[in-house]
Amino acid sequence: MLRKNDTPGKLIIVEGIDGSGKSTQIDLLYKWLQAQGHSVYFSEWNSSGLVKSTTKRAKKRKLFTPTTFSLLQCTDFADRWENQILPLLKAGVIVLADRYAFTAFGRDVARGVDRQWVRNLYSFAMQPDIALYFRVPLDIAITRITSARSNLKYYEAGMDLGLSESRIESFKLFQQRILNEYDNMVDEFGLTVIDGTLTVQAQQRLVREIARQVLEGWHGLPIPEGSPQILLQSEIQ
Amino acid sequence: MSDLNFYGAGFPYRNIEDLPGKLIVLEGSDGVGRSTQTQLLRHWLEDEGFAVSDTGLRRSEMTQQGLEDAKRGHTLSRITMSLFYATDFADRLENQIIPALQAGFVVLSDRYFYSIMARDIVRGADPEWARKLYGFALKPDLVLYLKADVSDLVTRLIHGRGLNYWEAGMDLRPSDNLYDSFLEYQALLIDMFDHLAMEYGFVTIDAGRPVMDVFDDLQNHIRALLEDQQPIFEQDFQ
Repeated sequence: MLRKNDTPGKLIIVEGIDGSGKSTQIDLLYKWLQAQGHSVYFSEWNSSGLVKSTTKRAKKRKLFTPTTFSLLQCTDFADRWENQILPLLKAGVIVLADRYAFTAFGRDVARGVDRQWVRNLYSFAMQPDIALYFRVPLDIAITRITSARSNLKYYEAGMDLGLSESRIESFKLFQQRILNEYDNMVDEFGLTVIDGTLTVQAQQRLVREIARQVLEGWHGLPIPEGSPQILLQSEIQ
Repeated sequence: MSDLNFYGAGFPYRNIEDLPGKLIVLEGSDGVGRSTQTQLLRHWLEDEGFAVSDTGLRRSEMTQQGLEDAKRGHTLSRITMSLFYATDFADRLENQIIPALQAGFVVLSDRYFYSIMARDIVRGADPEWARKLYGFALKPDLVLYLKADVSDLVTRLIHGRGLNYWEAGMDLRPSDNLYDSFLEYQALLIDMFDHLAMEYGFVTIDAGRPVMDVFDDLQNHIRALLEDQQPIFEQDFQ
């Protein structure tokens, strides 16, 4: 378990393999929470400007090893944690994150790094108030991904692991390993499982119900009258 | 090669069977004379017929540019900085140091993760977290810790390349000027090094002496380590 959230803010995160539908769900939740009059901030995995050029360069030249991949993604997370997520939680904002430490616990371990080592890396992060895991069978996720996009990227497909010459085959094997890690994390970190095969609307109903329960009677950072609701990254840096 | 050669889990996905080379680390404060000694050692070892690599000196291909940009902008927060430097170190270890050791080189590493960890802990990092972070690090065959007083360091730097922002720990603002900050910050680092020297079994060398005296000491320790490796003598060719 990660340490408890001791800030006045609320942290809500979504997890799941590619094609699980989690990004759609958190986007809907984001808009709904805003409409409810909450101060909400959204943070996406691997989006820090600080390490962007390094990640791009390393991906292009295929310089990553499982350890450096893990460390650089944690650097990215730490930058967002120290400069955005934590300050806003302290201010009493609802922070939504599309992917969180559990993504690293799944992917990096699937790449072969030590389970306990990567858990220590992220031990500065806090346990989310809501951690939703969108579970879908592998074949459904694969169909969703391959119908939406024409090609899979090298690292995305886990080609660095040398599991298969075929990108699609490698992707399947890699995602299966990640699925196994996620399933083990449900108990370890108390993830709430959402059936990702339900309709978008049915899933969203469940998501809002969970959020409603957690936020009941809670008052976060008020929104000053007449100010825009969207907290932009540039405003806090 | 067993897990015992790493401080933690090492690189579980990597099959490292045999490392015939030797990893020798020079640690110590800024301005203590590490790079001078590394050069002297390199020439000496090459004269003895050893293949020497000092690749550890250069920043990694992956992170060099990004780290320089981040430092220039002073935008690195504490944990972010620890992790960015750990990435750089891991890249050098996996892509430069380990391949050189596999090829039988004597690797002279000017600093190792101990320096990065010392800087992190002085800046408030959780010592336990930092130690586990470097669980992938290979245990060196020999760590030579060049130790000098802050007054020696400051004398050498002012007559050398000058005092700089990071070496004075100015991001911590120990004082309002570079000189006092340097003294305070480096004293904290030396305390930390002394602590790490005990924990990790460094060989402490008094670096407050003339260059060649220090070099003699370093040579003696390295000779003892390389005893079982055959140097090349002139008579081999006679």
